[in-house]
Amino acid sequence: MNINLTLLGQSITFGIFVWFCMRFAWPPIKAMMAERQEAIASGLRAAQDAEERLAKAASDVDEEISQAKAEAAKIIEAARTQSAQMIDEAKNAAKEEADRILESAKSDIDQEMNRARETLRRELSGLVISGAEQVLQESIDAGKHEALLEQLAGEL
Amino acid sequence: MAGETLTTSGYIQHHLTNLTYGLNPETGEWEFAASASEAAAMGFWSINVDSMAWSIGLGAIFLLLFIKAGRSATSGQPGPFQNFIEMIIEGIEEQVLSVFDHKNDLVAPLALTIFVWVFLMNLMDLVPVDWIPELALLAGVPYMKIVPSTDPNITMAMALSVFALVIYYSIKCKGLGGFLSELSFHPFPVSKYTAPFLLPINFILELVTLIAKPVSLGLRLFGNMYAGEMIFILIAVMFSANLALAILGGALQWAWAVFHVLIITLQAFLFSVLSVVYLSQAHDADEH
Repeated sequence: MNINLTLLGQSITFGIFVWFCMRFAWPPIKAMMAERQEAIASGLRAAQDAEERLAKAASDVDEEISQAKAEAAKIIEAARTQSAQMIDEAKNAAKEEADRILESAKSDIDQEMNRARETLRRELSGLVISGAEQVLQESIDAGKHEALLEQLAGEL
Repeated sequence: MAGETLTTSGYIQHHLTNLTYGLNPETGEWEFAASASEAAAMGFWSINVDSMAWSIGLGAIFLLLFIKAGRSATSGQPGPFQNFIEMIIEGIEEQVLSVFDHKNDLVAPLALTIFVWVFLMNLMDLVPVDWIPELALLAGVPYMKIVPSTDPNITMAMALSVFALVIYYSIKCKGLGGFLSELSFHPFPVSKYTAPFLLPINFILELVTLIAKPVSLGLRLFGNMYAGEMIFILIAVMFSANLALAILGGALQWAWAVFHVLIITLQAFLFSVLSVVYLSQAHDADEH
């Protein structure tokens, strides 16, 4: 417990250590801490920016969606009127076609009827002639009576 | 333990004696003092080798830790070691900023050095008192005091170094005249008529105040650590008495160690903050 040279030795050591600390230990740690502080600050700023952009994007999306909805409604409306129109047209066309088919069928039937009538008439006239032939028991000049028969058939 | 051949007072004496190297006036040779009285006889021109070695070793540990932290430091995510170092640095810086509001790059590293170094020196107090001295005895070293802050040379050296800085910055910031007038015109107001009478009184009073700073700074740390070490030694003496006392001693040692953890941190902190306060006062050019 005597005061001796240790006092001086420790003073010198103290000075050297403080100098070392000031020169080599303190500055790099402080510099790094400042760097990190800056990094964190810029990170926070970036986060805030991103948040703002996100909010903006969300409102943009909402707008787009409502626009798209309006567009879709318009398109659906147009499609609806168009389909109604198409159905009407198809209906009309079908009706016309049906009428036409009906008409042609009618005319076909008429033709067929006329043809049948003609045939019937001829057969009848044949029958009449043969009947008459049998009645008269004699040959009748077919050529002579042909015109008469034709006339008869036309009157039927 | 100290062995059966030693008396209790001899045991305590042994633990409180530094390993001193110097010129032995009896033999006329440079050698290690073989006893406390021999060490005292060597006078000023001797050195406490154990104090110096432990102090330099602990200071080197401190610097290595912090320089390593600075080398491997990353501004990204810090690891636990870096976190710990940064916590200390930020704590010190906060203290310095709250006390010291001048521009000086020396003060914060100085406070850091004092705090960590003194803390490490004080921490040696928690090493059981017999371990290292007994090992040293086995190695043929007669004395080994491992707590440098129980050596007044160490604490006073640091206090006087701080004091030298205080004087340096006082003169640098206020000028020699400013510094002297600050010492002379307080605490009694000086007028033209009272000047010849009051100036010397003021000067003497202020000088005492000034000198009291490093003395109290150094002796406070020394006193606390010396008393703490002494209590550890006294508790250790109980171990050799009988079983009951030994068990009691174990409990006491544990309790005192827990309490001492607070003391060593507090003392390291006090030394560091008071140094900053004194330096701050040295910078305050106009505190009237």
